[in-house]
Amino acid sequence: MEMLLLFLYNGLRGMKKTFEIIDHTADVGIIAYGADVEELFSNAALALFSLITEPESVEEKLHLDLQVSSEDRDSLLVEWLNELIYFFDVKHILLNRFDIDSLTHNQLKATCYGEDFDPMKHKIKIGVKAATYHMLKLDRSGAGCKAQIILDI
Amino acid sequence: MARWQGQLIKIDDYRWKIPENYKTGMRVPGLIYASKEMLESMREEQTPEQVANVAFLPGIVSYSLAMPDIHWGYGFPIGGVAAMDIKDGVISPGGVGYDINCGVRLLRTSLSEAEVRPRINELINALFLNVPSGLGSEGKIKVSQKEMNQLMVEGARWAVKRGLGSEEDLDVTEEGGCLSGADPSKISDRAVKRGMPQAGTLGSGNHFLEIQVVKEIFDSHIASIMGIDEIGQILVLIHTGSRGFGHQVCTDHLRIMEGAVSKYGIKLPDRQLACAPINSSEGKDYLAAMACAANYAWVNRQCIAHWVRESFSKIFGKSPEKLGMRQIYDVAHNIAKIEEHIIDGHKLKVCVHRKGATRAFPAGHEDTPRRYKEVGQPVLVPGDMGRCSFVAVGTQKAMSESFGSTCHGAGRVLSRGAAKRSMKGSDIARELESRGITIKAGSIPSLAEEASQAYKDITEVMDVVHQAGISKKVAMAIPMGVIKG
Repeated sequence: MEMLLLFLYNGLRGMKKTFEIIDHTADVGIIAYGADVEELFSNAALALFSLITEPESVEEKLHLDLQVSSEDRDSLLVEWLNELIYFFDVKHILLNRFDIDSLTHNQLKATCYGEDFDPMKHKIKIGVKAATYHMLKLDRSGAGCKAQIILDI
Repeated sequence: MARWQGQLIKIDDYRWKIPENYKTGMRVPGLIYASKEMLESMREEQTPEQVANVAFLPGIVSYSLAMPDIHWGYGFPIGGVAAMDIKDGVISPGGVGYDINCGVRLLRTSLSEAEVRPRINELINALFLNVPSGLGSEGKIKVSQKEMNQLMVEGARWAVKRGLGSEEDLDVTEEGGCLSGADPSKISDRAVKRGMPQAGTLGSGNHFLEIQVVKEIFDSHIASIMGIDEIGQILVLIHTGSRGFGHQVCTDHLRIMEGAVSKYGIKLPDRQLACAPINSSEGKDYLAAMACAANYAWVNRQCIAHWVRESFSKIFGKSPEKLGMRQIYDVAHNIAKIEEHIIDGHKLKVCVHRKGATRAFPAGHEDTPRRYKEVGQPVLVPGDMGRCSFVAVGTQKAMSESFGSTCHGAGRVLSRGAAKRSMKGSDIARELESRGITIKAGSIPSLAEEASQAYKDITEVMDVVHQAGISKKVAMAIPMGVIKG
């Protein structure tokens, strides 16, 4: 399997890494970073929507209050992304800001901002269909957190 | 990723064994169908490791199998086959895949290349308008919640009852287009919401609709039974699955299986192999939900086949019957089935996982349709859009060796990202046009992801399964017009 760095997205120029996109033979993956777990979850969501669309084209016209629960911290990350994929696939909502309101080892509450998909305004790059448990890794170190998630497209 | 260094023992030119002692925890050896040349890219991709990982699953019998089109998947390799004893074995949603009952349907026509070539643009445009495709595409059939529950249970017949196709189509569809045991109460509200608007759509990614020209006939007797009569004849291939519905069913049940793994104390080398005993409530619930998604996919291909016939009829001014648009067959290549096989001389009921693999039952098998009873079940193997596709039949050898299974396609060699970096979608469209292949796609840039160079050569894949004897080549066709979602 080929694992090549495709590009590095800097949320703010000159600031720390927020996420990377990685290649996976049949699919695509993300590596998200964060000073803490909250930031990591927020950046993973941003990585997801950067694959789906161009996040800078999305305005904050609506917000969603989401609650996700799971078995443990690792699977919470997968379920969080699957929650967002569901809202994209069924409600056609594009999101670009994710405020994590609370986070435990198996529960998350977040407020997400974005707008309804508009074919005249937004470009859809790929249709992400699921976040997987495959090669899932979530590491915490003194310097911060890092997670790898493979997505089915 | 580092090259896979494990041992592969040569059995013959097309069979390679991963010994059971390669890794502690393997319950059976691995068996890979491949030519010597193919092994190198498999090692580079680390896919034999996934074949070995599948061998950990409780109840697995004989071998963890890999077809020559194998490539790296989630947990299970794509192109993997594993059979579990239903008494003490497990069912794994990862062994089916997200796109439950992704599969292929092939229609014949009595039209020739000479008749279709001058009208190919018109035809492709008509098909593009008539068959909803692309990201977020929504169906022309409006399905209510009640109808969703019916179609999950009835499968392709649900569409036939509404005038979309005929009884004869069902006769030449795997399982008659309806997997038994479907229970809509095992389907989440979310899956239903994702599925309702997408029923009767082609989708995006590697799904396509292709007008093909027969280029080579390897066995004219079997071909004629299928209605493939001569070189230059036009065929239509439909490749799609269960859309967002299947994905949600897989996602929901993987989550349930996550809990089951610890509940039943199952040791796994990869979390994505999450599974539950076939006889447990979690296992039974997944099988009932998987059947719903499989049936949804058959409805999908049934509707699309009908609109294909309508489009041909409109362009050529004749009824589909007059155009000879009979269905050759419809096969699933992402599915788990309870089947009976002979293991070590004894009949055994097993759950056969086919993840990117096609059922290939022989002549005389009770599940081989009447029309093909004497020649074997048709096997449909699509290649990439620039090369060719094959029609084959199942064999006795497949039955005795690979749980009645064979390959499903070309198999990727380049990731989507790598393909996009090395090629441009617009160049590919031009190149295909220059070779007489008309293409219409929802997204031209994404064409690069599906370019020939991103896939193994289907001809090599077919040679391996043919030479190994697990299927028999019947005909080969090349694309003339392609619709990509």
